[in-house]
Amino acid sequence: MKKQEMEKVAGNGLINRRHLLGLGLGGAGMAVANSVLGQDLQIPEWSKAPGTSASAYGSRSSHAENMMRMAGNPNPIYPGGGSSRSPLQHLQGTITPNALHFERHHAGIPDIDPAQHKLVINGLVRQPLVFSYEDLLRYPMVSKIYFLECSGNSGAVLRQRDPDPNGTAQSLHGLVSCAEWTGIPLSTLLDEAGVLPEANWVAAVGADAASMGRSVPIGKAMDDSMVALFQNGEPVMPGQGYPMRLFNPGWEGNTSVKWLTQLKLTNESPHFRDETSKYTDTLPDRSSLKFTFPMGTKSLITSPSGQMSLNRRGIYRVTGIAWSGSGTIRRVEVSADGGRSWADALIDSHQSEKSLTRFSIPWEWDGGDAILQSRATDSLGNVQPTRDSIIADKGLITTYHNHCIQSWGVNSAGEVRNVYA
Amino acid sequence: MSTLKKCCCVCTISVIACWSYISSSQEPVGLGTPVTEEQLAEFDLIAEPDGGGFPSGSGTARQGKAVYEARCAACHALNGEGVSGNTVIVGGDMNSEGTPLRTVGSYWPYASTVFDFVRRAMPADAPKSLSDEEVYQVVAYVLFLNGIVGEDEILNAETLPNVEMPNADGFIDRSHIL
Repeated sequence: MKKQEMEKVAGNGLINRRHLLGLGLGGAGMAVANSVLGQDLQIPEWSKAPGTSASAYGSRSSHAENMMRMAGNPNPIYPGGGSSRSPLQHLQGTITPNALHFERHHAGIPDIDPAQHKLVINGLVRQPLVFSYEDLLRYPMVSKIYFLECSGNSGAVLRQRDPDPNGTAQSLHGLVSCAEWTGIPLSTLLDEAGVLPEANWVAAVGADAASMGRSVPIGKAMDDSMVALFQNGEPVMPGQGYPMRLFNPGWEGNTSVKWLTQLKLTNESPHFRDETSKYTDTLPDRSSLKFTFPMGTKSLITSPSGQMSLNRRGIYRVTGIAWSGSGTIRRVEVSADGGRSWADALIDSHQSEKSLTRFSIPWEWDGGDAILQSRATDSLGNVQPTRDSIIADKGLITTYHNHCIQSWGVNSAGEVRNVYA
Repeated sequence: MSTLKKCCCVCTISVIACWSYISSSQEPVGLGTPVTEEQLAEFDLIAEPDGGGFPSGSGTARQGKAVYEARCAACHALNGEGVSGNTVIVGGDMNSEGTPLRTVGSYWPYASTVFDFVRRAMPADAPKSLSDEEVYQVVAYVLFLNGIVGEDEILNAETLPNVEMPNADGFIDRSHIL
């Protein structure tokens, strides 16, 4: 296919997504590494000697080890507290490898012996119960692909008055990940204990040093919440709550209490510290929103993204991730001119509820300035807002639950930087 | 095998398959071990705004000063002004100019949350090392530093949940949005 035959569908070089579906992207515009063309190819050395043998637990290629989580500096005031961020700009597809799933801990990762761990259900139930890990492994389980996002994710994009020129997809937005979670529907265990009619909330407590608690309305608990025991097929990682965590699909990550050890049915929420002092949104009129649960409709271009560079003019695959805490991603649009014109991206992954969805679109960079943005729409019709509209609605006193459109500026040197547009 | 026998076999198998499906999807597995609330008295640390879950014991701010200075002041400073943004626990006003300073005194809606949090998570380097009596004392002291209770006011399971916090009406409940 010749460059001039590619259908431009929006300003500044966006090409019809159909070209990713078999029409091809060959031709004069394709970015190719010309220096390697035309040389004679040789059999490489690794094809001439046996490699290493199979191993008990795999590790990635030594050539891919730069793909790392980004962790904050330890703070002696909060022993074990802090977070690590997923390297979104290096990942493809929708599943986050377990070792790269983001973490947020309030008092460190406990080293839990599953044989000693207990899960208690008490409070407003007909019969308080205690379960061992071994008991729980015998229950029917479900497996679902869900994203998990910290409600503090992307907060810096609001807090920083001027855009951080060093910002990357990871540093700004890396508190979101996605995995296949396998576990027991919470309703199964609650039904066994027998929920009394006056129980409106499930107060969940972890077995970490903070005994961190969050409460969940009974409607969610009986809908799609689960006690997750496995993450991408293996036991949940210690940083994700081994041996078990609560998982509330689509909801702010902090509600999915890790190292889950207690579920107490209550009439009113206990109003734990992390649902009053923290994880609440104070508005310009000084009222504060509590129990803001579903994460907003959101998307992010992961490539090209902050700190990357385009080294020659031509066609690039613009790709990223989209998600909604309230449903499925119906549509993702991409702009290359800072939001003046938009083109529909191709959804090139599964589109399941409350999971990450991958999108892509071909884009021809002509060597000039560009501002790349993506905008998601979910199955309820919720459209991802701009940074300006979030600030106009919610102010800047708190920056939880930011799901604004991210802008990546490209300059004539091909440098990609975090910008506001 | 005759057609009739084959048919019976298939029927039997599908009946069994059906039965096991029903039993796994509708009958509870029922492996939980019954336990009493009395057996959970040491385990269940939840203290609620309505007074549920508070242990016996009591304390005053005057008693709490020494505990606070020994166990809390390293991070929260002697006067509660903290040593970093998140360790400030005294002062602030939600209606002040600019970004309001949000502390236990200015922001937290329920006194019960202070008790619940201190008992389960503080001090950060040795959580759950304070006795219930010490928790009552130190919570009284933090509320006293905020001007919310008097120095000799006795806080216990009955009085502490009834302490009125300045920002109690400052929150909008969004929990209906699932």
